Amino acid sequence: MGCMAEQVTRAVIEAAGVVAEHRSELIELDRAIGDADHGENLNRGFVAIVEALAQASPQTPGAVLKIAATTLISKVGGAAGPLYGTAFLRAATKLGDRSEVDVEALVEVLRAALEGVQARGKAVEGDATMVDALLPAVAAAEVAAKGGADIAGVLAAAAEAADKGAESTVDLVARKGRASYLGERAIGHLDPGARSTALLLHAFAEAAQ
Amino acid sequence: MTVGLVLVSHSAKLAEGLAELAAQMAPDVRIIAAGGLPDGGIGTDYDEVVAAVQRADSGDGVVLLYDLGSAQMTAELAVETLSDPDSATVVDAPFVEGTVAAAVMAQGGAHRVAVWQAAAKAGQVEGDLPPMELTPALLCSYLTLHNDVGLHARPAALLARTVAGLDAEVQIRLRDHTASANSVLALMSLGARQGDEIEVSATGEQAQEAVDRVRALVESNFEVPPAT
Repeated sequence: MGCMAEQVTRAVIEAAGVVAEHRSELIELDRAIGDADHGENLNRGFVAIVEALAQASPQTPGAVLKIAATTLISKVGGAAGPLYGTAFLRAATKLGDRSEVDVEALVEVLRAALEGVQARGKAVEGDATMVDALLPAVAAAEVAAKGGADIAGVLAAAAEAADKGAESTVDLVARKGRASYLGERAIGHLDPGARSTALLLHAFAEAAQ
Repeated sequence: MTVGLVLVSHSAKLAEGLAELAAQMAPDVRIIAAGGLPDGGIGTDYDEVVAAVQRADSGDGVVLLYDLGSAQMTAELAVETLSDPDSATVVDAPFVEGTVAAAVMAQGGAHRVAVWQAAAKAGQVEGDLPPMELTPALLCSYLTLHNDVGLHARPAALLARTVAGLDAEVQIRLRDHTASANSVLALMSLGARQGDEIEVSATGEQAQEAVDRVRALVESNFEVPPAT
């Protein structure tokens, strides 16, 4: 059983709720190593996405993700806007105008999002960025899909791997973005982008239950 | 028409100030500042960058320069989503030096590739080029600087502009240091002052024209803008 536009819309709205809940946490994580705007920016973006979705009521999963992408790009400052915007845009492009997302398409979408983030931010694993959450998440999703998991199972596996990946950024020296200016002092801090990536995947997994 | 420039910065003031500085050396180039957020805050705004690229493009394309990390992402995303992504290039260059070098190159009527390469090379100041190979076409002239500021920013930019587009390799030497006349920064780094004697050497088909133009410029105390 796949996801139609309606379920994808619900997943994005669920994500908006999670971002709102964790707004302060993300602000605090970013304050430690950056400019303290990640929680605020991301929340502003997702609030705008929910409004845009309500107005446009998109008819395909790809169209839902496209609205999310363009809204994030326009509304979210800092690195998160272009990065998440690109992730959603590549995911939307991958889906095209198909009406339903099955497990196979979901894995492709996650892979496309990861590749978009890597192309945009030029970060690799170990740079203490959202790539450290997204890369293991995509790998775990692929394994789960091969093992016969359904959409909820694939997303749950991805979210769990993203958690572990995000936690690994605590021990890393940040090599991208504002945090990279801190050098060794960035060690001991959870990367806010990696954390928000894990949160979003958890929200999607929750919505797919 | 020239290549246009877009300056993507987290700060509106920074982008505007830099556009002002570069415009002094390149009065005919469209240099559009795209800095800050719509509410006046610090950040980069995708919509503003897209609009700036459209304003900067007079048909010869656009080169975008940026200050910090996410400004690069916003710039690249803006270019990717243009109706013709091949009409604009984001260049990794020092923001100030790269913008000035690109502006001067664009002012000379250079192609977009030459403009972004000028910006990219601006990070590597060529203060000490190896001596030019002696060829029959090498022409040399010694000139004394009489203007107040020597080869400071504006005169250096004028000098680079006056030889840009000529089929000639031109070098300027002051004592032990040699700079390519194409590079405003290298020229400035010579530190040539009022009263200094510089050596102008040129090779290539239009070597004579290049030396003549530099001489005319120096003798006019950098007052007369060169004919383009």
